[in-house]
Amino acid sequence: MFQRKTYFPFLLACTFVLLLGSCRQDIVIWPSEQDWVGEVMDDTPIRGFYLLNEGTYPTNNSSLDFYDYTSATYTHNIYSATNPSAVMGLGDIGNSLKIHGSRLWAVINGSNKVEVMEANSARRIGQVDIANPRHICFHQGYAYVTSFAGPMVSELLYEQLGLVVKIDTATLEKVDTCIVGYQPEGLDIVGDRIYVANSGGYLYPNYDNTISVISLESFREEKRISVAPNLKQVVADASGKLWVSSLGNYFDQSSALFCISDIDDTPVIQSIQLNQAQSLPVYAMTLVGDSLYVLSNDFSYVTEAHPHTYAIVNTRTASVASSHFIVDGTHQDIIAPYAVAVHPTTRDIIIADARNYMGPGTLFYYSPEGILKWKVRTGDIPGHVAFLSR
Amino acid sequence: MNQRSIIIVLSVIFPLLTFAQERDSVIPTHEHSLCALDENTPTFDYIDTVSTISEVSVYGQRRDEIVPSQRLSGKRLESLSSFSVADAMRYFSGVQIKDYGGVGGLKTIDVRSMGTNHMGVFYDGIQLGNAQNGLVDLGRFSLDNIEEIALYNGQKAQIFQPARDFGTSGSVYIRTRRPKFEGDKNFNLRTTLRGGSFDLINPSIVWEQRWNNRVTSSVSADFTDASGKYKFRYRRLLPSGEVAWDTTAVRQNGDIQSYRVEATIFGNTSDGTWNAKAYYYDSERGIPGAIVNNVWKHAQRQWDKNFFLQGYWSKYVSEKYRFQVSGKFALDRMRYLNPDSALMYQDNRFNQKELYLSTAHYYEILPNWQVNISADYQYNTLDASLANFPYPQRHTLLTALATQYEYNRLRVMASLLGTHVWDRTTMGISVDKLNKTTSRWTPAIYFSYKPFADSDDISLRAFYKSIFRLPTFNDLYYTEVGNSNLKPENTHQWDLGLIYAHDWYSGLLRHLELKADGYFNLVDNKIVAIPKGSGQYRWKMMNVGKVHIAGFEATAEAALRLHRDWYLLMCLNYTYQSATDHTDPTDNDPYYGTYGKQIAYVPWHSGSVAANLNWKDFGVNYSFIYVGERYHTSANIRENYEQPWYTHDISATYSLRYRGCKITLGLECNNMFNQQYDVIQNYPMPGRNWRGTLKLEF
Repeated sequence: MFQRKTYFPFLLACTFVLLLGSCRQDIVIWPSEQDWVGEVMDDTPIRGFYLLNEGTYPTNNSSLDFYDYTSATYTHNIYSATNPSAVMGLGDIGNSLKIHGSRLWAVINGSNKVEVMEANSARRIGQVDIANPRHICFHQGYAYVTSFAGPMVSELLYEQLGLVVKIDTATLEKVDTCIVGYQPEGLDIVGDRIYVANSGGYLYPNYDNTISVISLESFREEKRISVAPNLKQVVADASGKLWVSSLGNYFDQSSALFCISDIDDTPVIQSIQLNQAQSLPVYAMTLVGDSLYVLSNDFSYVTEAHPHTYAIVNTRTASVASSHFIVDGTHQDIIAPYAVAVHPTTRDIIIADARNYMGPGTLFYYSPEGILKWKVRTGDIPGHVAFLSR
Repeated sequence: MNQRSIIIVLSVIFPLLTFAQERDSVIPTHEHSLCALDENTPTFDYIDTVSTISEVSVYGQRRDEIVPSQRLSGKRLESLSSFSVADAMRYFSGVQIKDYGGVGGLKTIDVRSMGTNHMGVFYDGIQLGNAQNGLVDLGRFSLDNIEEIALYNGQKAQIFQPARDFGTSGSVYIRTRRPKFEGDKNFNLRTTLRGGSFDLINPSIVWEQRWNNRVTSSVSADFTDASGKYKFRYRRLLPSGEVAWDTTAVRQNGDIQSYRVEATIFGNTSDGTWNAKAYYYDSERGIPGAIVNNVWKHAQRQWDKNFFLQGYWSKYVSEKYRFQVSGKFALDRMRYLNPDSALMYQDNRFNQKELYLSTAHYYEILPNWQVNISADYQYNTLDASLANFPYPQRHTLLTALATQYEYNRLRVMASLLGTHVWDRTTMGISVDKLNKTTSRWTPAIYFSYKPFADSDDISLRAFYKSIFRLPTFNDLYYTEVGNSNLKPENTHQWDLGLIYAHDWYSGLLRHLELKADGYFNLVDNKIVAIPKGSGQYRWKMMNVGKVHIAGFEATAEAALRLHRDWYLLMCLNYTYQSATDHTDPTDNDPYYGTYGKQIAYVPWHSGSVAANLNWKDFGVNYSFIYVGERYHTSANIRENYEQPWYTHDISATYSLRYRGCKITLGLECNNMFNQQYDVIQNYPMPGRNWRGTLKLEF
């Protein structure tokens, strides 16, 4: 039993225990962590690649990683170490990453901006403020960025058109905008036209299903091509065909890949089949030469499962050349395949795994034959890869 | 990441919070532990508030209570520099407040890390429902007319209560002030004006009337207006210690305008009590949002209207038998507007209705053995202006059987709750089941034992409780995110505790109470938003989470008479929690895996110190709150680290009497060392802030 005189020491002791708990410190921007993975690869024109991690909303933790083939080093979070004075870092939700000339462009959706950096160093050059930007492509001296923040058509029905913003890459000034369909996502250029995938993502379950065709010269929408609901990516191949992905409605309409030929005259739309019974599902895709690498992790309300697909489509024949390009069984270690990229010359394959979408992801690096060479931890939700030439 | 999923996450987190509702539990047991520090009542006996006018109540539990509980009441509550119930609850051990900052920011509590949705909040005895999202914003309850806040782990320590009171993993009871009249006075009028930082103006008035010996009434109203603006500062250093960047900005869109009107009639009959209450709350607020790169302000708005009527009647039929009946009707309206065309334009309206009826019957079989049977019926609906919304309705029937038995120094309380739920919906694209039923029986058992025959000072207690929460309407039906196949989320709690308490009638130390509890909780089938792959709405609610929580809580309270009129009260709380994520055993990378790692925002160490010094009509209060290091996700890596935060608050009050009017002046300085901190990442909290109070009592 306590004696009365012992209380004071007891209370004091308790107070000290509390006060001795760790104290608050200033938050430090640490130098980049590095991992040594893979083997030095000096004999290609590619120096390395950047990986843009989207981060989780609204934690402002989008980050940029860099892998250097010449030293086989993977550098985490290179942006904040290179640009420590950037207030609040790279930003919230990195949504697209491209290299154009000597500059690295990162579309940061939640921060309403496009960040422009030196491609060699990731050193910040400046930013272009664009509300709700999504994807980017380039043509001569201009960058074209899709944005959801176009004019409201109907507040009652939440109908809001999207935009394509034209940016002078030299001055980083916005020079023009063009109104397109609902919630435009990916875009690409064939000849003198821009093709923009309109998703209509805000209009669930009545998604948009069109591609906006914009003349580069007038920078005005010329026409729409109806394809399928909820369009996501547009990739033009060397022969001028457009490869378009539709994410479906997650319910009775699954995702699908379409090839559009004769786009200037009467477009011919062809759905790519995985086999006779099933069309090829798609979430992310990337084109190298005649090979379109396609991955999917569709969720279906009907089956409540996420079947993964890793396929290669031959763009000449418009048929599936390989329905499982990972051959060593390591696809079972990939929880949520989220992005795919292919080395332009060696054809090494990168799969970014977003895992649980709430923490760090994993980058799987495969040989062209589909055998795992190495893997490394990434930032949260690894989503976009850009290769850096020497 | 897709814009729409962002919006949805945002929408689910923020705007859908709701409402307030109520009643009074007039339980004829001595609920409140009070210790009087008045010269006229020189003992530290536990006495009832009604007879103590200038009471200073110690917070803590009645020592023979077998359910661990903590309470704040009377002067103790007033002295804590708290503006809302949420602020006051920071002083309870085992409690984490999720505070999004500012006067109007969302404040919810999580007790023993089981999740916010597992807490039942009872306002004057009847639970505040929110079938839509299960959250009750405790920041909306001003302390002006609140007499007591009590927190129970598991359930309230009594058996004579509605079935719903057995139905949560933890319970907060907010009790409004019951009218008390000195001598022959038949009315009390109390007006308070508060104001201070954030451009806060908060007048309130309480009018209490005694109509006859049996009927009293209370009418109270208050109004709150604040711009919610405050400066905050974010800065980062280089490893060398140089400043990388340092920025100060003003928190925007945190304004609030709200008013509350509440009227209650209290009655006593020769063999029972009754009361009836009407409540209305109306508010408009900005939703300040997260601060991220290049985005320093937001434009989202939210409007709430909450109305309810509730009543209670209890009757002592005989010495052995008594019963109670209570009921409630509630209407809640909420509008959420996102006018920001850079984001997805949204203008959503939600209407909820609730009807609740309860009856409880108590019978004493033997003087040391009592039983109770309760039955409740509840009906909830939700209408929303959302695409493909299935307009859910829920009928809930709850039956509880409870018993209490005392044998020598051992007391046992056991209860069994039956829950039967019928959910009905109209068709929607994502709803494949129109009708769904859930039936469950869940037990709880509590023990208390006094090991020494000659002393009541020490007692041991233990409990086990198994309970669950139903998926909310948002979990089930929110457009695209909801999953109508969800099962309830279960919790299991084990607790073992020790209490020592003693009072002295002379000398320096007058009261001492020490408590320690160790516990283990298991949460499974936890409802979490998990990715459903790619796409616009990436998230989907699933029953996948599993959390193990091992914790330890210790509380010390002391009341000292330093010298003649000098009194000191001190309270100390410490909580240790290891709350680990056991969802995915394969996610076990030693560095960034989540399996076995501390879950988001739960600190290992937290605690508080509060001291209250009184001399005649002067009072000085000091309080300190500490929340230790945490991570903002279960991946416990450097990037997700959250710094500890701790605030020191100080306040002083002075009371004087002028022509029968009692005037109280108060001044508070909160966060006096101006710490710049976040409770939730990127939601900056206010630095040093001030508040003044003028209270007139007639």
